[in-house]
Amino acid sequence: MSFDFDAGKYAAFVWPAYAITALVIAALVVDSLLRAARWRRAAQTAKPDDGR
Amino acid sequence: MIPALLNPERFMAFSRWAAPMLGLIALVLALGGLGLDFAAPPDRHQGYSVHIMFIHVPAAIMSEVAYVCMGVAAFLSLVFRQVLATAAARAAAPLGAGLALLALVTGSLWGRPTWGTYWVWDPRLTSELVLFLFYAGVMALELAIDDEARAARAAAILALVGLIDLPIVHFSVTWWNSLHQGSSLTTPGALPGVYLTPLLMMVLAYLAGFGALWLVRIRAEVWRRRAGALALRGAAA
Repeated sequence: MSFDFDAGKYAAFVWPAYAITALVIAALVVDSLLRAARWRRAAQTAKPDDGR
Repeated sequence: MIPALLNPERFMAFSRWAAPMLGLIALVLALGGLGLDFAAPPDRHQGYSVHIMFIHVPAAIMSEVAYVCMGVAAFLSLVFRQVLATAAARAAAPLGAGLALLALVTGSLWGRPTWGTYWVWDPRLTSELVLFLFYAGVMALELAIDDEARAARAAAILALVGLIDLPIVHFSVTWWNSLHQGSSLTTPGALPGVYLTPLLMMVLAYLAGFGALWLVRIRAEVWRRRAGALALRGAAA
C-alpha cells in the first residue's frame, strides 16, 4: 500500500481541517484524563482506602 | 446489562477496563481508516478535497449520537433521579459540543472548494449550528446555577428540549431542498468501496473514542461527587 499525502490545490482546506480536528480531539482527550486524575486524587485523599 | 451499570460501584468496575479498551480500539480503527484514506485515489469530482469527508462525516454523525446519549441520560436523571445518569448527561455535553464544532468547522472547510462558500444558511448547516448551541446551553446552565441539583434539572430539561433538533438535523437534506448532499453512508452505491471502507472505519473510531472519553468523564464525575460527599461528612464530623 502506498500513501499519497498530496492535497493539490485543496491543501489550504484539507490540512487546516485535519489540524483543527487533531487539536480539538487532543484537547478533549487531555481535558478528560486530567479531570479524571484530579478528582480521583481528591476522592482518594478524602478516603485513602478506595483505590478504584 | 444497562440496569446493572446504573449502580455506581458496578459502573466503576466495568469502566475501569472498558474505557482503555475502547480507547485502544478507537486508535487502531483511526490509524487504519486514515491509512486507507490516504491510500485512496482522489475523487473524480471532488479531487483531493474528498479527504475532508473522512473527518467531517464521523464528527457530524457522532455529534448526533452524543446528543441521543445525553438526552437519554437527561431523561433518566430527570424522571428517576438517577445519580449516574446525571453524571452521564453532564459528561456527554462537552464531548458532543466538540464533535458538533468539528462538524461545523470541517464542513465549512469542505464547503468552500465544493460549494464556493464557507457558510450558507442551509437547513442542515443551520440545524447543526443549533445543535452546537444546545450543547453550549446545557454546559452554560450547569455552570451558571450554584445549586447542583437545580443546575442538573435545568440542564436536563434543556437537553430534552434540544432533542427536537435531532430529526431536523438528520432529515433536513430530505425534507428541504438543501445545498448539502444526502447521506452517503445509507444510500446504496453512493460511495465506492475505496472510500466507504475507510469512512466506516473512521465512524467506528469516533464512536469508540466517544465511548472511551464518555466513560472517563463519568468516572471523573463519580469521583468528584465522592470527594464532595466525603468533604461534607468530614466538615460535619
